[in-house]
Amino acid sequence: MAEHTAATTQAEIAAARRSLADRDGFLAWLFLAPAVVYVVALVAVPFFVAIAFAFSDVTSGDASYDWAGLSNFRQIFGDPVFWRSLGNTFVFTLVSMLLIVVLGKVLANILVADFRGKWIVRFLVLLPWTTPVALSSVAWLWLLDSIYSPIDWVLRAVGLLEGNTYWLGKPGLAMLSVIAVHVWRLVPLAAVIMMVGLLSIPKDVEEAAKVDGAGFWRRMFEVTIPLTLPLVAVAALFGAIFTFTDMAVVYILTRGGPTNSTQVLASWSYIRGIGGGDIGQGAAIALFLFPLLLAAAILILRAVRRTETL
Amino acid sequence: MPEAQSPAVLEAGEADRLRRHYRRRHVLARIGVYTAAVVAALLSAGPFLWSAITASKLNADLYDPENNPFIYNSPPTLDHIAYLFTSTNFPTFAWNSLWVGALVVAITLVLGLPAAYSIARIDRPWSGPMGIAIFFVYLIPPSLLFLSLSRLVVQLGLQDSTWSLVLIYPTITLPVSTWLLIGFLKALPKDIEEQAMVDGYSRIGAFVRTVVPLLLPGIVAVVVFAFTLTASEFIYALAFISPTAEKVVSTGVPTELIRGDVFFWQSLQAANIAVAVPIALVFNLFLARLIAGFTMGAVKG
Repeated sequence: MAEHTAATTQAEIAAARRSLADRDGFLAWLFLAPAVVYVVALVAVPFFVAIAFAFSDVTSGDASYDWAGLSNFRQIFGDPVFWRSLGNTFVFTLVSMLLIVVLGKVLANILVADFRGKWIVRFLVLLPWTTPVALSSVAWLWLLDSIYSPIDWVLRAVGLLEGNTYWLGKPGLAMLSVIAVHVWRLVPLAAVIMMVGLLSIPKDVEEAAKVDGAGFWRRMFEVTIPLTLPLVAVAALFGAIFTFTDMAVVYILTRGGPTNSTQVLASWSYIRGIGGGDIGQGAAIALFLFPLLLAAAILILRAVRRTETL
Repeated sequence: MPEAQSPAVLEAGEADRLRRHYRRRHVLARIGVYTAAVVAALLSAGPFLWSAITASKLNADLYDPENNPFIYNSPPTLDHIAYLFTSTNFPTFAWNSLWVGALVVAITLVLGLPAAYSIARIDRPWSGPMGIAIFFVYLIPPSLLFLSLSRLVVQLGLQDSTWSLVLIYPTITLPVSTWLLIGFLKALPKDIEEQAMVDGYSRIGAFVRTVVPLLLPGIVAVVVFAFTLTASEFIYALAFISPTAEKVVSTGVPTELIRGDVFFWQSLQAANIAVAVPIALVFNLFLARLIAGFTMGAVKG
């Protein structure tokens, strides 16, 4: 009798637990569904539509979808501006990524140090990243102005320059300027990500190395950098993605000029797709961003996984 | 005895020398840290400091290549700043950015909070992959989607309306906010809502009454971050909207305050400062919390 009751209650508990688990399963979906529906409708579907556009003759005037095969790709491959943009995109991304990582590391080390007035320094250092990029680019547009550039004024004042530099008017200098603005804008983000790494190093590891007589540089290269490598990688890849896919800096500073020497895939796609109204071509150009993004995403994920062993 | 004493005396002298040596090294290190901090601050904020000076310059002062651009050669003026706020559409742009940001943040939280809770707290076999999927969505940039989304916006009749941004911006904020919220949720002990459920609340009740209040600081950090993202967005705002009255700050300022070759330089710089400083101030307040959210999402996700 007593045994029997025990058995039923146990069965009841099991059943109740199962129904609770079932309810949880239902609830898990219920909670997730709105976000998933939204993302599928406005990210996943548009993503595949963008791919479909690349093989179509859709324009902003004639939105009817007609299969155009590879003709968009033939056209963009025949256009030297496309190759120029592709090359520029790589140059911009690689150079800025390198600089962002090195300067970000330096800045992270400064930001974790103890000193008075840290709050104001953090505030000033974060400004480039938190300010809408369109507005800070306008400030740079003035800094690099062809006549009134204060950089030129300083160079003239110390006697290094006669006349003006025309920062945005010469191909090489324009590229340099665009890279400088990207780096300036993204270094704070990289520094914040790397700070996370620095702060996550257990204090005793650092102290043990100190007690063993390792100096600042030795500790940096043999303790800090190896331990924070995954987050350094994350910072590098975020820097790469934001440079790679951004068109605001190029659009505001140079519109891709002079003579397309600073054109990148994102800005060229915009100019063809929205400016020129040829949506099919614009989509075909933008498609070339995708393989690299995927590679970067996978690398970030692997780096993040490795932080679990930190 | 003297033989025995002399090493001790030497040692005292040695110790003194070492102490001085280390103190000097310490002082040098401090000077190094402060110099580095000041240089970093100047390099980062230099363009803004200089924007602030430019914004209050007279035309005659500004448009003379011989004038020192870092000081006031003529007395400063507030005319251009007043012009920005009274005679341009800047207040409209700022207002549009504000309400779009507020609505987008609200949508993001309504969709993102339950999703994050579901992934972080209700253990399902797909929780892990779903977290990774969200991360991948975050990496799909506007430059890949703006063409198809602009067609969608046209079909919905939202073209040239600020509402198009309310609809589309959560595609940027939702994935990263959910990712952050998952991190914050994982830092909360699980027995919180289990206790509440034992006390008779349903899971939804427990979520609303116990988890959300404890998560509040994290939610505030997400609000700040998501708002910053919407304020900075450029491509969608440029592609979807052309009437002046519907523009937001990030597109309105560079397109409307620059007319052909005429740049309203001082007003442009004033707009830059007026937007940059408040955002950075608020952001700075929540920086530590954001860092915590990112690490928790990264390390435990």
